[in-house]
Amino acid sequence: MEWETVIGLEIHAQLSTNSKIFSGAATAYGAAPNTQACAIDLGLPGVLPVLNREAVRMAVMFGLAIEAGVARRSVFARKNYFYPDLPKGYQISQYELPVVQRGQISIDLEDGDSKVIGITRAHLEEDAGKSLHEDFHGLSGIDLNRAGTPLLEIVSEPDLRSSREAVAYMKKLHTLVRYLGICDGNMQEGSFRCDANVSVRPKGQAAFGTRAEIKNLNSFRFVERAIEFEVQRQIELLEDGGTVVQETRLYDPDKGETRAMRSKEEANDYRYFPDPDLLPLVLDEAFIESARTALPELPDARKQRFIDQYGLGAYDAGVLTASRELADYYEALVEALGGEPKLAANWVMGDLAAALNKAGLEIAQSPVGADRLAGLLERIQDRTISGKIAKEVFEALWNGEGEADAIIARRGLRQITDTTAIEQAIDAVLRANPEQLAQYRAGKDKLLGFFVGQVMKLTQGKANPQQLNDLLAKKLKA
Amino acid sequence: MSLGSAEVAKIAHLARLAIGAADIASYARNLSSILELVAQMNAVDTTGVEPLAHPLEMAQRLRPDEVSESDRRERFQAIAPSVEAGLYLVPQVIE
Amino acid sequence: MHTQTIAELAAGLRAGDFSSEELTRTLLDRIGRLDPQLNAFITVTAEPALEQARAADRRRAAGESGALTGVPIAHKDIFCTLGVRTSCGSRILDNFIAPYDATVVEKCQAAGLVMLGKTNMDEFAMGSSTETSYYGPTRNPWDLNAVPGGSSGGSAAAVAARLVPGATGTDTGGSIRQPASLCGVTGLKPTYGRVSRWGMIAYASSLDQGGAFGRTAEDVALLLQVMAGFDPRDSTSADQPVPDYSATLNDPLAGLKIGLPREYFGEGLDAQVAEVIEESLAEYRRLGAELVEISLPNAGLAIPSYYVIAPAECSSNLARFDGVRYGYRCENPQDLLDLYTRSRGEGFGAEVKRRIMIGTYALSAGYYDAYYLKAQQIRRLIGQDFRAALAQVDVIMGPTSPTVAFDLGEKVDDPVTMYLSDIYTIAVNLAGLPGMSIPVGFVDGRPVGLQSIGNYFAEAKLLNVAQRYQQVTDWHRRLPPVG
Repeated sequence: MEWETVIGLEIHAQLSTNSKIFSGAATAYGAAPNTQACAIDLGLPGVLPVLNREAVRMAVMFGLAIEAGVARRSVFARKNYFYPDLPKGYQISQYELPVVQRGQISIDLEDGDSKVIGITRAHLEEDAGKSLHEDFHGLSGIDLNRAGTPLLEIVSEPDLRSSREAVAYMKKLHTLVRYLGICDGNMQEGSFRCDANVSVRPKGQAAFGTRAEIKNLNSFRFVERAIEFEVQRQIELLEDGGTVVQETRLYDPDKGETRAMRSKEEANDYRYFPDPDLLPLVLDEAFIESARTALPELPDARKQRFIDQYGLGAYDAGVLTASRELADYYEALVEALGGEPKLAANWVMGDLAAALNKAGLEIAQSPVGADRLAGLLERIQDRTISGKIAKEVFEALWNGEGEADAIIARRGLRQITDTTAIEQAIDAVLRANPEQLAQYRAGKDKLLGFFVGQVMKLTQGKANPQQLNDLLAKKLKA
Repeated sequence: MSLGSAEVAKIAHLARLAIGAADIASYARNLSSILELVAQMNAVDTTGVEPLAHPLEMAQRLRPDEVSESDRRERFQAIAPSVEAGLYLVPQVIE
Repeated sequence: MHTQTIAELAAGLRAGDFSSEELTRTLLDRIGRLDPQLNAFITVTAEPALEQARAADRRRAAGESGALTGVPIAHKDIFCTLGVRTSCGSRILDNFIAPYDATVVEKCQAAGLVMLGKTNMDEFAMGSSTETSYYGPTRNPWDLNAVPGGSSGGSAAAVAARLVPGATGTDTGGSIRQPASLCGVTGLKPTYGRVSRWGMIAYASSLDQGGAFGRTAEDVALLLQVMAGFDPRDSTSADQPVPDYSATLNDPLAGLKIGLPREYFGEGLDAQVAEVIEESLAEYRRLGAELVEISLPNAGLAIPSYYVIAPAECSSNLARFDGVRYGYRCENPQDLLDLYTRSRGEGFGAEVKRRIMIGTYALSAGYYDAYYLKAQQIRRLIGQDFRAALAQVDVIMGPTSPTVAFDLGEKVDDPVTMYLSDIYTIAVNLAGLPGMSIPVGFVDGRPVGLQSIGNYFAEAKLLNVAQRYQQVTDWHRRLPPVG
C-alpha cells in the first residue's frame, strides 16, 4: 500500500525579551541554577503575574508578518498539571483565545515550487524550568531559571507531507523570527524547538490517521530523522495489522529512534480555565500599528528585491537573505563598492562564507567587515590584483593585517599590466625551457599551462592573467 | 449528582492528594452533598448569558520589559526542603 | 489603654500621654494573659513588635510621624511577612518563613503601624468558623463555647477581646464580615481591586479581597486609608484614586436611600436576629434614611455558584504546595507521585482537600461547561441584580449572617450547613462590591451584625453610614466578658 505522511508542527520560540513574561527576573541563558528565578517564577505563596509589554509586541509583530489575525482581545488560561519543573502546578498559556490567529507562510520545495503552509494560531505562554538528571544520589535537580521565559507557540495546520517539508517550514520560521528580532533562534540553547505531530494514512484517504506527538526536537536534523523514523515505525505497525496509539514520544538522537514517554502515560486532564490573576489582553489599533511600523523588510520580500535590484538568481538571493545579518552585510558591501552585486555575491557566498564556516563564526562576528571586503573587491575590479592574488589578500584581511591597499602595497602584490614586462618574462621562460618549447611546437598543446605557470612563478603571480594568455599565445605561434 | 469511591479516588489522584482508604467514603458523601448544593444552579436558564470571569471588567495592564529582580537564591533556598548545588532536589524525574 | 480605639490611641501617642513601646507592652501582656483561652494568634511577634514600637517612638521624637505611627495592629496569617512564619492556618506552611512582605504589610509598616503578630484563620481561608485551622480553633470572646466566625476569626476575636485595636483580614465569601458580625466588631471588605493582593496568599483569586477590622467605622477608615491603593504588582489592582475616608465620615444621612432585599429577610433568617436587624434599621430611619424594599432575584444562586468558582480557583491556586520548593514535605518519599500525594495529603486538612477536589472535578474534562461556565454565567446575573438595585438605592442593608455565633463543633462535620452561614455575604464577593458589618445588638449574649453593601469604590459611603449609626448607639463599645 502507498502511504501518505501528515505532519503538523508546534514550534516554541523563546522571545528575546530582557525580563520574563510575568516577572522582572532576567532571561539570560547560562546563569548559575536558580539565580534567575524570582519569587514569581518560584511560585511562592501570594505572588502575582503582570504581563510583559514587549512579549506582547513581539507576538503581534509575528502575527502581522504571517498575515494573521491579531486578536483585539485574548485571554490567558491556566493549564494545570503537576511536574517539578512547573512551580505553580500550572502553566499560564493562551488557550481558547490566542493573540495570533489564522495565518500562513510559504515554503520552497526542492522541485522549485513553493507551498503555502497554514498557521493555525500562535499564542503566548511561559516556559517551564529544567529537570537535571545527573546523579544527585538517585534524585533529580530542578533549575527554575528558565521558568517564566516568554514563549511564542506557533501551531501549524497538518499541511506538511514529508520530513523535508517539515524542515523547510521550520527553517522558514527560524529565519522569520530572527528577521523580526523576536527570537535569537539558538537551537542548542533551546530558544527555538518543536514538537511534531506525525501520522500516516493510505494515499487517497481523507481522514487523518492516529497521530503521535514527538516532543522537544531541538535541531533541524533531529526533526528530519525523528519524523522519518516515526513514519517508518507507524507504517510498519499498520502493515503488520497493528494500530497506532495516540501518545507522546521522545526522540533519542543516539539511537535514532522514538520511544513512548513514561511520564505521559496517563491521559492528561489539564483543567484549563481563565487565569483569574490576569485580565483579558486588549489591544488597541495604536498598539498594533506601532508593531507594524517596527516590522523590518521580511525575508520573502527582501529575496525578491535582491533578484530584481541586483540581478541575482533565486538561489543566490535565497542564500543571501537567509538571515537578516547576512543580507545586511551583503547590502553594505554592494553599497561600499558602488555596484558589482554579482562579484559581491560570489565573495560573500564563496571565500567569506567558507572562512566563517571554518572558524565557526556568524556573519555578525566576521573579522572582515563589509567596508574592508569592499576595499579588496575594488582592487579586483580595477585589475590592480588578480582573483588569485585576491585570495591571498583576503587571508591577510582575515588575519587583521589592515586595509587591502596597504596589504597589496606592503607585499608588492600589484598586478603587472605592463606589456613589455610581461613579454620579458615570457621570453625568459621560453629561453630557459627550449625542450618544452620544441615539444609544444611539435603539437603537445597541453604544455601551454606549463608556460603560464612558469611565467606566473617568475612574476610571483602578479602578471595580469588575460594579458599573459594573449601575449604567450602570440609568442608561441611565432 | 453523586460521587462514588472510585470517582473520588480518581479526583484525588488528579489533585495529587493522598486520601486514606478509610476516608474515601466520607469524602464521597461530603463531596456529593456539595455537588447537590451546586446543582441548584440548574434551576436558572442561562442561555445566552456571557460568563463573568472577573468582577471588574478591566483590561490587562502591561509591564515595561525591565529586569527588576536580582539573585535571591540563598534566601529562597533557606526555606526549601532539599537543595544541593543550587538545585531543588526531588525523587528522580522519569521522562 | 486597651479599651481605646485607634483614633484615641493615635491621639494619645500624639499628645505624649504614653509611648508606643508602653502601649505595645501593655497589649503584648494582655495577649500573653488572654490568648491562651482565645487562640486568636498563631504567632505573636513580641520582640520585633517592641523594636517597631521603639522605632515609631524615635520617629515621633524626630517629628517624622504620621497619623498612625506607633499604633499596634495584627495581621491575618494569610499576609506574607518577611522573616516571620506565614502559615495560612495550614500544616503545609507551618515551617514557611516568608521571604517577602505583602503590599498590605509594607504599607502598614510605612505608616508606622506596629505588628503584634499573626492571627488565626481557617486553613487557607476556607471556612466560616476558624475551626479548620491547623493551630486549633479560635474562641469567641463573647462566649468561649462559640465560634468567632471565619475565616478571619482570629483577627475578629482579637479586636473584640481588646487584644489589639485593629487587624487586617481577607474576605472571599464573607470572611471579614461574618466574623465581624459574630464577634461584635466593625469589619469592611472593600471593592475587589481596592487593596492589593500581592503577598496575600490566594484562595480564590477573583473573589479574595483584603480589608480591615476595628471597633469603630472611624478606625476602619483609618486602616483602609493605609491599606488601599493601586499596586503595579497586582494585575487586578484598581488604578483609582483613594479618597480621604475620614473626610466624609460625619456627613448627614438625611435622604439616604437604603434598599432592603426581600431575599435577605425570608426563610432561614433567625427570628431573633431579624428583630435586632429591624431595630437597627429603625435607627437608620430616625437618622433620616429612607428604607425601600428591593429584590436580588438570583440571591439564592450565590452559594451554589460560589462553591464552583471558589473551589475551581483554589484547586489551581493550591497546586503550588507540592513539597518541592518550600513548606511541608512528607517523610521519605518513595517517588515523585508519593512526594506530591503524601506532602499534600498530610499537609492539607479535610476542608481544604474537599474544596480542592470539588474544584478539580468541576474543571475536569466533560464537566467544565456544566459547572464552571454555568457558575460564571450566574455570576454575571448576580452582578446585574446588584447593579440594578444600586441604581435605585445608595446602600443595601440586611443581616450579615442568618444566625449569631454557633457552638464550636456544631457544624464542622457538615460542610453544606457551614456554607449556609455565608448566605448573605457571598454574593457581594461574586459581584466584587464593598460590604461592611457593624454590631447592632445581641441575641442570648452573642452579637448580631448588620451588613451594608455599597456601589463599586463607595467605601467612603459605607464608612459614613456606619459611623453615623455608631454615633447614636453603643453596641460597638460593649465589652465581652473576657479579661
